[in-house]
Amino acid sequence: MSIALYRLDDRLIHGQVVVGWGKPLNVGFIVLVDDAVRASAWEQELYRMGVPPEIEVVFASTEEALERLPAWERDPRVGILVAGDIATLAALTANSHRVGRVNVGGLHHRPGRSERLRYVYLTDAEAAQLKTLAARGVEVTAQDVPTAAPVPLEDFT
Amino acid sequence: MSEPLRGVIVSHAAVAQALVAAVAAITGVRDALVPVSNDGCDTGALSERLTQAIDDKPAVLFVDLPGGSCLTSSVRLARGRADVAVVTGVNLAMLLDFVFHRDIPPADAARRAVEAGSRAIRTPAA
Repeated sequence: MSIALYRLDDRLIHGQVVVGWGKPLNVGFIVLVDDAVRASAWEQELYRMGVPPEIEVVFASTEEALERLPAWERDPRVGILVAGDIATLAALTANSHRVGRVNVGGLHHRPGRSERLRYVYLTDAEAAQLKTLAARGVEVTAQDVPTAAPVPLEDFT
Repeated sequence: MSEPLRGVIVSHAAVAQALVAAVAAITGVRDALVPVSNDGCDTGALSERLTQAIDDKPAVLFVDLPGGSCLTSSVRLARGRADVAVVTGVNLAMLLDFVFHRDIPPADAARRAVEAGSRAIRTPAA
């Protein structure tokens, strides 16, 4: 498969994604699935600024991502797909067996969330959403950078 | 300018705090710079930290990298505002120059910082 990492990260495209994961995986493209960013050319430019020119950045709405996922999976280049919330990634897994693994890379503090790991804060409802994903057969682990050990879902929910 | 510019350093981890400490150690100026780290922040929380650091005063935001959460939050906050400018690639040299030139408009201070910071990047003959 050519999408090497399906990542949940509320910072979306940032250093850990581009450098931390992007370098060792030698990524050729990054897909950012976010309805708000997809609708704003200005926001897209902002996220593109942090990515070297040799890496293509694709912006997609959730609906577009559902449609284009098979093509990204056939892409000979290595890719990373990033979404900022659990619902978006869950939608991508709903009708597909392609998404076998989800990397929880960074969900930070917000009112109502409690700390599960240094870089993972979840509400109880969000923890339940992740468990639902796992129940569908998706392997869910938390890991901010590739040099850290992946943390199994049951250890942070 | 009625009030000197404030410099807000926006960084990953403790880079901002370290730069503020270094500027104070070298110049003795302690009231010009405010550090902001993105540690533990999503974009909303980082925006709140930035808003507090700026405190409705004219400011230049010195961001560590030309991409990522520090930059996106800073640019969003500065968008459409003439009293806030953004510079990326912060280094000590640009901050040392900035703290002594804070009575100019933010956009001019940002351009000046780029020049001062760029001049400091060299490969001296060994």
